[in-house]
Amino acid sequence: MRKNILEVSHLRVWDEATGNVLVRDSSFQVRPGSCLSIVGESGSGKSVTCRAVMRLNKSGIRQSGDIRFDGVELGRLSEKEMRNIRGKQICMILQHGMSAFDPSRPIGVHVAETLARHYGWSKSEITAKAKSAMESVRLKDPIGVLHKYPHQLSGGMLQRIMIALALMLEPDLIIADEPTTALDTVSQFEVVEQLMALRERIGCAMLFVSHDLGVVGKLADDILVMKEGEIVERGSAEVLFSNARHAYTRELVSAKRVLHEHFTKVMGGVDLADR
Amino acid sequence: MNLYKNIRNDKLAALSFSVILVIVAAGLFAPLFAPHDPNEVQMELRYASPSWGYLLGNDHLGRCILSRLIYGIRPSVLWVFVALVISVVLGGGLGLIAGYFRGKTDAVIMRICDVMLSFPGYVMSLAVIGILGAGLTNVLIAFVLMKWAWFARVIRTSVLQYAESDYIKFSKALGFGNFRIIVKQLLPVSLPDIAVTSSSAFGAMILQISGFSFLGLGIEAPHAEWGMMLNEAREVMFTRPELMLAPGLAIVVIVTAVNFLSDGLQVALDPKLIVSKPKLQRQEIPSAVERKGEEVA
Amino acid sequence: MVTYIVKRILLSVPLLLVISFLTFGLNHLSPLDPVEVVLHAQGVPKITEELIAETKASLGLNRPFAVRYFDWLAACLQLDFGNSYVTGKPVWSLLGPAFLNTLKLTLVSVIAIIVFSIVLGVLCALREGKALDKSVRGISFFLTSMPSYWLAALMIWYFSVKLDLLPTSGMDSAQSYILPVAVLVISYAGIYFRIVRSSMLSNLNEDYVLYARACGLPEGKITARILRNSMQVAVSVFCMAVPIILGSTVVVENVFAWPGLGTLTVNSILSRDFPMIQAYVLVLAVAFVLFNTLSDLINAALNPKLRREP
Repeated sequence: MRKNILEVSHLRVWDEATGNVLVRDSSFQVRPGSCLSIVGESGSGKSVTCRAVMRLNKSGIRQSGDIRFDGVELGRLSEKEMRNIRGKQICMILQHGMSAFDPSRPIGVHVAETLARHYGWSKSEITAKAKSAMESVRLKDPIGVLHKYPHQLSGGMLQRIMIALALMLEPDLIIADEPTTALDTVSQFEVVEQLMALRERIGCAMLFVSHDLGVVGKLADDILVMKEGEIVERGSAEVLFSNARHAYTRELVSAKRVLHEHFTKVMGGVDLADR
Repeated sequence: MNLYKNIRNDKLAALSFSVILVIVAAGLFAPLFAPHDPNEVQMELRYASPSWGYLLGNDHLGRCILSRLIYGIRPSVLWVFVALVISVVLGGGLGLIAGYFRGKTDAVIMRICDVMLSFPGYVMSLAVIGILGAGLTNVLIAFVLMKWAWFARVIRTSVLQYAESDYIKFSKALGFGNFRIIVKQLLPVSLPDIAVTSSSAFGAMILQISGFSFLGLGIEAPHAEWGMMLNEAREVMFTRPELMLAPGLAIVVIVTAVNFLSDGLQVALDPKLIVSKPKLQRQEIPSAVERKGEEVA
Repeated sequence: MVTYIVKRILLSVPLLLVISFLTFGLNHLSPLDPVEVVLHAQGVPKITEELIAETKASLGLNRPFAVRYFDWLAACLQLDFGNSYVTGKPVWSLLGPAFLNTLKLTLVSVIAIIVFSIVLGVLCALREGKALDKSVRGISFFLTSMPSYWLAALMIWYFSVKLDLLPTSGMDSAQSYILPVAVLVISYAGIYFRIVRSSMLSNLNEDYVLYARACGLPEGKITARILRNSMQVAVSVFCMAVPIILGSTVVVENVFAWPGLGTLTVNSILSRDFPMIQAYVLVLAVAFVLFNTLSDLINAALNPKLRREP
């Protein structure tokens, strides 16, 4: 058995000012190439957990516990070493594509800056790679899109641009924080499809956060259920969906069943659903 | 009362509030507090140093500085407060009407405000004083004319968010009169905003109005006023700089107190500000904040 | 973009007309008869009915209101604001140089205010809640509670009298600028500092900052992005600082005997020299509208959302 790519043990996150505990004693692992999904309602500590892995929580938010990425203890790294890992090895995809890019620069600037930072490619190399990556996430007119400002693109397009960027960065782990929540059903379908394709193409592991069990069912190998900062249930996707033990999970599953079925219908492809 | 509790917990705001209360009381009952007649000229006591009889000494005409300081509260603080109340009532009333009725009424009132606000405030008051002539009354009139439009706009904005709310619509559907809805429902919910806006304007108004007196455009000569006292002290600034101290500090104390209280009010009325939480956190637990907001309202 | 500029400039024309009308009408709100004011101001010993009628005719005050307004407006456009009631000299010959002096003081102060507020605002925002942030905010809170003329007098007393370092008044040398500019900066920088700081802070919490960090971009670059986006708010506010300070130098000019608009206007008000007051109000109101327009245009140039969709 291979080593885990991400190992989180006894993670505890709290707000320094109020003493509120946002995540209490949470431990989990992500195997290389697999997808772990964190499920739970708003405020259950999912996003905070993601940011804790990236060490990107706000300055007033403190964390303790071990986070090992590829065998390296992230808490011990200097800020500079951490910056080298962010983007290159762990890539993040955010919920709101609309606000994830600098509103006063064309999105190509961010793409170019990020690639130049990690790979030192030249301008023409970046343009060529960006073009092919953006075509592979089915964005039409990739060069034109790179010159657009965020407000000129739709949320789904921006989401796919983030995926395209991840595709070019070829990270070992992708942290996707509710990437489909803010989208309409059609865009959701496209984004989920691209996320699946992304995993196939670069074989990365994924930490996928959502409160939408329908989407989770498509992507996850393993599932964690969080409630009020605690992991209340964990297990493989199939087991959890058919045989949830914790009352809260059962509630989630049944509440989402109708939506889930609807989603399966929209996703339509038997090939995708039975993958 | 939540507001009262919050203010009491905020020690700085509580202290500021007591300072303001004491100053207001001293101004209202000036004859009781002042040891001497503020206008009593005693040439033999010119520039006398502080003594037991005259705690803060005497000015260039031998008048008791402490007494003048206490009587000066009336024009410098109390009358400014009256001008503030008048402009808040005027501006707030129009703002409520504009925000509630929307449409044409709103457009007309807001266009007038736009024109009023297109003059820089200071220039506007100078113009009015220039036309009406110098004097405290005219300065106060100039301020009311200048400030109402600003209050109207701020309060309209604050009312707009409530005017569309369900319970206002509900009241309309029940057939309550417009006037009744404005007074009974809109006014109470916009009061916190009105309180914060007007209290934060108060400090600036005290500074500006004493500034006009300092320029000689405000109160007439024998009367005591803090800006006026500073103006008189300026004449002898090189020989007796200490005369600048008392009235200047008096202004600093009252304005600081007003500003701290205004800050405290803002925090007390807006629970979100009590603990500055990161944005994301706030987004994720909006319900708690909203509930608290309703309690205050 | 061009359509936006043209539209925005055209929009300010009706406002300017309303302002000019109000300024002209101000005279007629006065409880005093302008003719008597003129005669008093010129020190005429005995005022007779004939003299009043004569003066009225010579001032052109017996023509219809509308005619006088349009004549006055046409003249104003050529910087002819009539003659001072007191000295009889053309208003612009007095107002022009004074305006220039005030403008110099204003521009120097505004530049200093911008520099101070940006530097402090950025530093404090990046160290939110730390000692620097707390102390700067505390001090600025205290300084904005201070009457500027009192501060000015204290500074004159300390730097000019006690230390004998700087001139007490007038505008003879570059040194004369130091104290008035310092007073204006102390009184106004606090407001703009707070705007820069809160604008920086709200940008710091934006998702694009998180995403840029998550992509491993260096902090310097991220700070530059935040700065650029915060400046969008700040630039228009800074732009408006020019006319605001222009109208607020009155007190400072008075204390430092600065030969500018403020000093001139206070004297005009005391002697009820209406044409002077009128011209002062008009000039500043026009400056206010112009800078307001300019700040909107700058905002449009900086903000891509407005740029593409006018």
